[in-house]
Amino acid sequence: MASVFAYAPAPESRSVVDIAPSYGLFIDGEFVEAADGKVFKTVSPSTEEVLSEIAQAGEADVDRAVQAARKAFEKWSALPGSERAKYLFRIARIIQERSRELAVLETLDNGKPIKETRDADLPLVAAHFFYYAGWADKLDHAGFGANPRPLGVAGQVIPWNFPLLMLAWKIAPALATGNTVVLKPAETTPLSALFFADICRQAGLPKGVVNILPGYGGAGAALVVHPDVNKVAFTGSTAVGKEIARTVAGTPKKVTLELGGKGANIVFDDAPLDQAVEGIVNGIFFNQGQVCCAGSRLLVQESIQDELLESLKRRLSTLRLGDPLDKNTDIGAINSEEQLTRITSLVEQGEAEGAERWSPACELPESGYWFAPTLFTNVTQAHTVARDEIFGPVLSVLTFRTPDEAVAKANNTPYGLSAGIWTEKGSRILAVANKLRAGVVWSNTFNKFDPTSPFGGYKESGFGREGGRHGLEAYLDV
Amino acid sequence: MSERLTVLKTYKLYVGGKFPRSESGRVYEVTDSKGKWLANAPLSSRKDARDAVVAARKAFGGWSGATAYNRGQVLYRVAEMLEGRRDQFTREVADAEGLSKSKAAAVVDATIDRWVWYAGWTDKIAQVVGGGNPVAGPFFNLSSPEPTGVVAVLAPQESSFLGLVSVVAPVIATGNTAVVVASERSPLPALSLAEVLATSDVPGGVVNVLSGRTAEIATPLAAHQDVNAIDLAGADEVLAKELEIAAADNLKRVLRPQPVDYAETPGIDRMTAFLETKTVWHPTGSLGASGSSY
Repeated sequence: MASVFAYAPAPESRSVVDIAPSYGLFIDGEFVEAADGKVFKTVSPSTEEVLSEIAQAGEADVDRAVQAARKAFEKWSALPGSERAKYLFRIARIIQERSRELAVLETLDNGKPIKETRDADLPLVAAHFFYYAGWADKLDHAGFGANPRPLGVAGQVIPWNFPLLMLAWKIAPALATGNTVVLKPAETTPLSALFFADICRQAGLPKGVVNILPGYGGAGAALVVHPDVNKVAFTGSTAVGKEIARTVAGTPKKVTLELGGKGANIVFDDAPLDQAVEGIVNGIFFNQGQVCCAGSRLLVQESIQDELLESLKRRLSTLRLGDPLDKNTDIGAINSEEQLTRITSLVEQGEAEGAERWSPACELPESGYWFAPTLFTNVTQAHTVARDEIFGPVLSVLTFRTPDEAVAKANNTPYGLSAGIWTEKGSRILAVANKLRAGVVWSNTFNKFDPTSPFGGYKESGFGREGGRHGLEAYLDV
Repeated sequence: MSERLTVLKTYKLYVGGKFPRSESGRVYEVTDSKGKWLANAPLSSRKDARDAVVAARKAFGGWSGATAYNRGQVLYRVAEMLEGRRDQFTREVADAEGLSKSKAAAVVDATIDRWVWYAGWTDKIAQVVGGGNPVAGPFFNLSSPEPTGVVAVLAPQESSFLGLVSVVAPVIATGNTAVVVASERSPLPALSLAEVLATSDVPGGVVNVLSGRTAEIATPLAAHQDVNAIDLAGADEVLAKELEIAAADNLKRVLRPQPVDYAETPGIDRMTAFLETKTVWHPTGSLGASGSSY
């Protein structure tokens, strides 16, 4: 774009974060080495700079952490709910106090823009703890009968796209209901979980109630299969989710899975187009599209396709890709080299299958993992880019003529996590929302989250809900 | 005067509102608790199971799209029909479970009452498990329960009628459609229930009843890509684990077998196990800059 839109660099300072050269596992209130001494490095995806060296949990460490959590469970679950609530309120407040530090840390480790960590992730993280803190002493009134009991030790495995937010989604309801937790953050984004361990220390949380085990898939698998884990909570890929469902078969373990998606964002001809364009951009380019509920399939009514695409392309040309610590950056780095490879290969497949690829003029930084915002047109339902979850800044555009066709196409996926509807007609919103097989439907908006609202998928997007009153059920013996 | 020879009944499957024999042409001998021959029941095959899934899927749109009030009326109509056949079911339950006539009658009464209980839930469950969420932003958002889809139901083995109804009614009350595998040893009350459903206003395909070997029919159902959920009530531990593993392939919702006293008033768990929660958001906007709230 013309230089009138050029911004001076406005980087957020890194000085608010003090990253240690190495971190241990957090077990029973202490940072400890891995039993086999293994370590791995975590890098900043925008620069490939090594941020820290992290102890890598193995099977023995999982066992140690589960034992610590089991031991802590007895006292933690016996605490009056009002006392557990106060611990959670403390945590919520400390997160608010340290939110600038945590936002910068998350941006460094994950690669997402600071404006997202600062304005979306961190406020929601604090809000989740605040919300569930208030449930801890009101469980009798949650609709699950009198005195619902916790399950015991929760084994939780979370992804790299919202490291601290996913931790909050998992840990806040677990602790509120009286469970203790062993949480494994993703190998590319362990830092904010380890900083959270320090928040637990500051809050005076009893030892062993929260245990953090950075590591790879093997540690997650060991956690899921551990006989003394009573509850498994996983957010991640559908393939791994299915493997977990097989693993827990025949056991009494309760399980909730938040898996992939291929969300349809449906734009009708009477939609407010400028708002729809913003919603489409937010739906697929928020967090570089590395969002399970991303609106990755745009379904646009045929009669407005040209007009909408023109606006959309113009808008994409104004997106600013670059240093995630810059406050004006819209598109940050892809989380890892591995993910970049996956996105690249799916996009190449899209081109090979005949879909038409478009990206705005966009200069990519020389180091780090980057992918320009990308549009595919001439996409059919059979195309890989319309079927597979790409988990990147890639939007596939399909068209429809009638509301029935829109619904049929939107539901034509094994996933069922999210969908969007854009129209000025209220009855159409309600009719279409009713027919969509998706756990969350955003009408005339997209990608909104709130701790009071249940979130989760239909079909192969997993089972169970997180957030709201519904989110308690996953951690109670009901 | 010689005693009148009774007319025997050929028991058949119930699929898509029709009463077919098993496509396999097979039957198996059903006896009472003392081993006396009662009837030949169809021995369903995996093809019967697949046909039943097709019928259940076809019926899902209409049944889940019916109003909750309408579903309640239809289910209540079933209770009316059951009441009219009280003596028949008493005889069948007495034979199947080796109960005295009075005990069997009590079971049948409890079963009819159970059906009425669930009929009343159709238009209430959404208010109990759904509702508005007080989000921190200018949005209106609402969570409502929706049926998960086609549910395979392995009816309990021992309680041939009360147990059966206790697992079938909650599934359809919430708008799901069902493929039911009757108790292997005592399938006759289930096959007779199908006759009641057919003469009530329940649309064909909403409930499909199969009799035969539970393991043989359940295996293709658990692996079926167009089945959304499975209730393992009638599976033993070993079979239940196998089926749960197969069900993971398309992430079916699984209700594991658990000890249940079917005589007790149930909670809502059997309904919520087969419900999804959908949360719909919309901006609320603003009426202007006046600052007036009312």
